[in-house]
Amino acid sequence: MSTEQSEVWVTGIGLVSSLGEGLDAHWQQLAPGNTPTPSIDTDNQAPFPVHPIVDFDISTQIPKRSDQRQMGKWQHLGTYAAGLALDDAGVSHNPDLLAQTNMIVAAGGGERDLEVDSAIMATLAQGDQEDPGTYLNNTLMSELRPTLFLAQLSNLMAGNISIVHGVTDSSRTFMGEEMAGVSAIETAVGQIRHGQGELFLVGGAYIAERADMTMLWEFGHALWSGQQGSVWDRRDTDGGMVMGSAGAFLVLESKEHAEARGAQPYARINSVVAGRCNRQAGEAQEVAEDLLEQIADRIPSGPLPVLSGCCGVQPQLNEELEFLKGLSAREIDPVLRGVTTVLGNTLEAQFPVNVILASLAISKGAFFDPFDDTGVEQEFSGQPEQVLISNWGHWRGESLALVDKPDVPLRGQD
Amino acid sequence: MSQSINDHMGRPVVVVTGIGIVTSLGEGKEDNWKALIAGQSGISKISRFPTEGLRTQIAGTIPWQGDGMFFPPAHSISLAKKSAVEAIEQAGIGSRGSFPGSMFVAVYPAETNWGQRMDVYNRADGGDSEGYERILKNVNKGDFREYYRMYQFGSIAEHLAAEFGPRGLPISLTTACASGATSIQLGVEAIRRGDTEAALCIGTDAEICEEIVVRFTLLSALSTQNDDPQGASKPFSRTRDGFVMAEGSATLVLESHESAKARGAKILGVVRGTGERADTFHRTRSKPDGSAIIDTITRSMADAGMAPEEIDYINAHGTSTPENDKMEFLALSAALGDALDGTPISSNKSMIGHTLSAAGTIEAAISLLTIEAGVIPPTINCHEQDPNILMDVVPNVKREHVVNSVMSNSFGFGGQNVCLIFSSEPA
Repeated sequence: MSTEQSEVWVTGIGLVSSLGEGLDAHWQQLAPGNTPTPSIDTDNQAPFPVHPIVDFDISTQIPKRSDQRQMGKWQHLGTYAAGLALDDAGVSHNPDLLAQTNMIVAAGGGERDLEVDSAIMATLAQGDQEDPGTYLNNTLMSELRPTLFLAQLSNLMAGNISIVHGVTDSSRTFMGEEMAGVSAIETAVGQIRHGQGELFLVGGAYIAERADMTMLWEFGHALWSGQQGSVWDRRDTDGGMVMGSAGAFLVLESKEHAEARGAQPYARINSVVAGRCNRQAGEAQEVAEDLLEQIADRIPSGPLPVLSGCCGVQPQLNEELEFLKGLSAREIDPVLRGVTTVLGNTLEAQFPVNVILASLAISKGAFFDPFDDTGVEQEFSGQPEQVLISNWGHWRGESLALVDKPDVPLRGQD
Repeated sequence: MSQSINDHMGRPVVVVTGIGIVTSLGEGKEDNWKALIAGQSGISKISRFPTEGLRTQIAGTIPWQGDGMFFPPAHSISLAKKSAVEAIEQAGIGSRGSFPGSMFVAVYPAETNWGQRMDVYNRADGGDSEGYERILKNVNKGDFREYYRMYQFGSIAEHLAAEFGPRGLPISLTTACASGATSIQLGVEAIRRGDTEAALCIGTDAEICEEIVVRFTLLSALSTQNDDPQGASKPFSRTRDGFVMAEGSATLVLESHESAKARGAKILGVVRGTGERADTFHRTRSKPDGSAIIDTITRSMADAGMAPEEIDYINAHGTSTPENDKMEFLALSAALGDALDGTPISSNKSMIGHTLSAAGTIEAAISLLTIEAGVIPPTINCHEQDPNILMDVVPNVKREHVVNSVMSNSFGFGGQNVCLIFSSEPA
């Protein structure tokens, strides 16, 4: 085993969200001097607002209708964003590269047939079926489409990416909400560092406009139905999250592999660290402190751009904010951006989205203007050399990541 | 350095120091092994829910022991805890609630079960509203925090992490019917790259309910031989017609050989190699030429640094679907060549059924027990072997055989293929 560890570069990005499609569209909204306009739908999942996915033309990435029909919208979005990332990295249609592309997808599940669900619920609730079990069996047998199961299966997002784009080395699917995205990138980074693969496609997708998912979050009263605005506005409330839609994939690559094929990076992933606790009062903050300790020597003092995935659920919101403010004790001056203010909580896609936005800021040599006027977010001037990502799950899991600038010319600097 | 600390590629050797298993055949290694070598079946008629109207009415369920209505995540967690406790106790590693390594949990994708969905729907807060509008109103007013904690995609792994206290985030993963093997692969990789000295690899799947049976039925994947539940799972037989769903869990404790030796742990076996290759052909079928599976098997031998002649026994994926068993034979013939002729192969699924996300872990556990015992569990229900499958499938009766190395195959929907190789001693 070589002890020399490879650098991990971001060499391809595919991003579709409620703000738009593609890096340029996102930069247009987020570049300094511009104010992003969050897209919010208050009817679709009323009383809970969501950030809807923009329209995207699946035929450009999933040309075969036979493939399109085998998926629901969630798999369309992931397969589409994965295709954008492969295109962007110059890996698409290159059989040699695709055969050595490893994949880690952070996934939930695909859409249920809500009409079938609703019809069954109404009938069962009436209670006039002599044999409700047989009714349920017969109805499921006659009403569920055979392809629906495949569209629902979590690992079939990866399966479709293999089929449609031809990615054929390893294929793993991680589950577990926000932390699935963190573990996916943490694992890919570890594998590249230690020569267990040189080229990875990593990411995830989430669609917020789904009543079955809205139900799941509201089981825990985790959703926000109050006034629209900054996530930091929820500091003095019981909190809650607004879900967002995004497909976010990255091509990660060892420096050596990228250089050998002439691929330029947007940025470098310096480190990803993550942990968990049972979220007793103060525990998440302690975990985050431990994580910070692991990477503190990599963070210079002074102003530091920080992308927070804070979703607004309490008391995590206040704990994360307190933790981030506490960076000042290490002479780090955190300049926060609450990403969910503009994009919502994109769940499995959230951490990949944050790594993408950090890479964008580094490659463009500029950080985003504050997303709000609560005073929590301050101006940042100058070129970001490092961006810290703080990403806690709404229920479980805490993570930190550092994305920085490799010592080579970067992509996208025009 | 002692040669056995690092493998042929200079990587840390990964050993197994703990095994736990729960299936429809019983709880624990001892009961499972007795049943397996006796050729017993754990399949029965489904009694958990009414089966009228279903084409498939049999499964290898494990009785739900919780209070109230069937709650799949709680059942899956309960089985996983049993197998993990058995494995951790055998390994004698860590302390209660503190496992000194990473955790990888192979698990089915979460889905709110019909019982719980109707529990929500039937509350009164929604008034006259119907469908998901009613659901959202009832949820908003009610207290369903238990469902919130249990029905997330990461819930099962999170509960297990809270119980066993691994380092870092627990990884919850699915690669369909290859999931269990993937969890072991991830553990091996983490130890090889020095991220951790130990890994707790758990597979658990106990989700058999109306809708999951219907979903697999609509894919024509399940056996419909309801009249003879114990005879329905018949891998490699001419009359096989699909797999039989089952429930179970297994856990392996993996460690670097160096760490296991240092603490004087008994070595139960070595994970010699792993191989993988994603297929691009179809969502539920392999490439007709078997090239992705062949690559998977070939890569596992290359990773292990072993030749086909060195494989003493193959623990088959052997699902009993017409497609799988045919393709598995085709791929093994190509990958092992003439060496396949003298190599016995059997399918644990003939007795246990197909435990889906847990199958790869359960079969890895049984592969290691096979090495230890020098006895190969049979492929039962093989009274008329498919004449096109020319392998020594150890039909119906166990066989004494010196087994120093085992290849274990796992193939899943979505083009997922994983092959693991275990051996008795480090190379």
